[in-house]
Amino acid sequence: MQDNVAHPDAPQATDRVVQLRGVTKLYTRGGEVVRVLEMLDLDLPRGDFVALMGPSGSGKTTLLNLIGGLDRPTEGSIEVDGLAIDRLSSAALGRWRADHVGFVFQMYNLLPVLSAERNVELPLLLTKLSRRERLQRVHTALALVGLEDRARHRPRELSGGQEQRVGIARAIVTDPTLLLCDEPTGDLDRKSGDEILDLLRALNQEFGKTIIMVTHDPRAAERANRTLHLDKGRLERQTH
Amino acid sequence: MNLRNIPARWTSALVAVIGIAGVSLVLVAVLSIAEGFRAALEFSGSEDVAIVLRRGSTDELTSGLGQTSIPVITDAPGIRRTAAGAALVSPELFVIVDTKLRNKDTTANTPLRGVSPMAPRLRKNFELLQGRLAHEGTNEVIIGNGVAQQYEGLAVGRIVRWGSNDWHIVGRFSDRGGIAESEVWADAALVQQVFNRGASYQSARVRLTSVAAFQAFKDALDRDPRVNLRVERETVFYAEQQQLMQKLVSGLGWTLATMMGLGAILAALNTMYNAVASRVREIATLRAMGFGAAPVIASVLIESLVLGAVGGLLGGVLAYLLLNGMRSSTLNFQTFSQMTYAFTVTPRLLLTGIVYGLVLTFLAGLLPGIRAARTPITTGLREL
Repeated sequence: MQDNVAHPDAPQATDRVVQLRGVTKLYTRGGEVVRVLEMLDLDLPRGDFVALMGPSGSGKTTLLNLIGGLDRPTEGSIEVDGLAIDRLSSAALGRWRADHVGFVFQMYNLLPVLSAERNVELPLLLTKLSRRERLQRVHTALALVGLEDRARHRPRELSGGQEQRVGIARAIVTDPTLLLCDEPTGDLDRKSGDEILDLLRALNQEFGKTIIMVTHDPRAAERANRTLHLDKGRLERQTH
Repeated sequence: MNLRNIPARWTSALVAVIGIAGVSLVLVAVLSIAEGFRAALEFSGSEDVAIVLRRGSTDELTSGLGQTSIPVITDAPGIRRTAAGAALVSPELFVIVDTKLRNKDTTANTPLRGVSPMAPRLRKNFELLQGRLAHEGTNEVIIGNGVAQQYEGLAVGRIVRWGSNDWHIVGRFSDRGGIAESEVWADAALVQQVFNRGASYQSARVRLTSVAAFQAFKDALDRDPRVNLRVERETVFYAEQQQLMQKLVSGLGWTLATMMGLGAILAALNTMYNAVASRVREIATLRAMGFGAAPVIASVLIESLVLGAVGGLLGGVLAYLLLNGMRSSTLNFQTFSQMTYAFTVTPRLLLTGIVYGLVLTFLAGLLPGIRAARTPITTGLREL
């Protein structure tokens, strides 16, 4: 097994929220097998804010997708909060994502035909909450990202930064175990990007959210507690 | 949510709706012909009227009654009589004559029915609209309202040549859309003579004293060794008569609808594939949140089914607005003569059009829905 940089600093089992062991991910492109991740070990403590950096094709997004249960490893195991998610069926994995993971996407991925409020409500449709309870949570989440007054606006009526705030509200509305952000500031100007990073930082520090953020931007990575650098499918080093 | 996406792709949605509406229109239109036939025939029958044919005959064309049968029928029990004591019986024969269709260069088979003076009293819906009844023993005829509308030169006061005889049209009657409206009535004896039918008839209609009198009337004729007859209530006879046409026309309707439906499915399939293609990332985002394959397929199917329901309803309503009540005629394969009918778009047919639209769009939505659900989430999230 590869001696990854994160391994020596592995948190105590009770703190650990993510554990990857020997994770390898292969893709076949045009008949050729591509090794995207290679025997990766990783431990992340609860309440961490980790930035994943590396050149294009280094496997950052693939790693994020594996931790988020959007993809499965070719080899190795992934545990989140003590649950081996790589062994779950597709349906169980879907239910697990609904309960435990909030995704923030570079392009926000809001549904254009729905208001901010309805977009944020979407993940709650998979819960047993009543409509009133859902709306309470939605407005709490929107208030947290500073957009309660824009609840009835549709995405096209919002700025990019506001759209991403809605995306974050949608990601946190179920109070997930993990907040996984894929280039959350990649489509924003500097000012808006800084606001989003401030928000993520606040979610981590004030609400204890565990955040894993893929980014190309060293300035964004600086906001994280630590940065893991990937290259050619391997964790090369860690910076603080 | 998915329905709110329709306006964003309204052109392709419109193509799908128009395609489905076209199929539904044709289906409902053709089935409304069958419904019109059914209505015309079933509406014509009376429970207290019996029709007598030769045993083994399925219709009047294949039936034959000798002159000697008529007194036996007339003397059977249960027949209603006039105040003067005359039995309400009409021995009839049925020949086909050629008449030019109105506004067309073709002729069509017109049923010319030889009847007795009692005939109008044996049709519950008979109503003289114009002129008078024909005198017995003369070359006078009265024409059904449908006949007057469908054929050229058939109007009260006109003379028309059929067979070797000139016939004077002296009256026009309604059967309130019933089958008699498709016929021309003449004196039975003269029709026998002109068309060389000797003294034979093909059927006899009998008005009974009551609905309940039928069985005694039938039993008497069944038991009588002098005759070999088939006795049916008129309602039962017409119900049988309409089955063949109903099957033929319905078969035609469904064949057309199936062929057109294949085209409509392709249009709807294209629409739904476009719908899915334009929402790949959206669908992947929903699935990332935890929505399963079933809601995704359902979401695509619902959108597709809405297009189908709208198209099906639109086609049905168009058929209703354009055709319902419109009178036309076509060949009745039971009598090989033209029969007039009214396109009859019933609520059941409207529902049939909608359901057919739903079936087509269900098929059209299923494959794109399955594709949407099976596209890997990570692939979908990369789509722009």
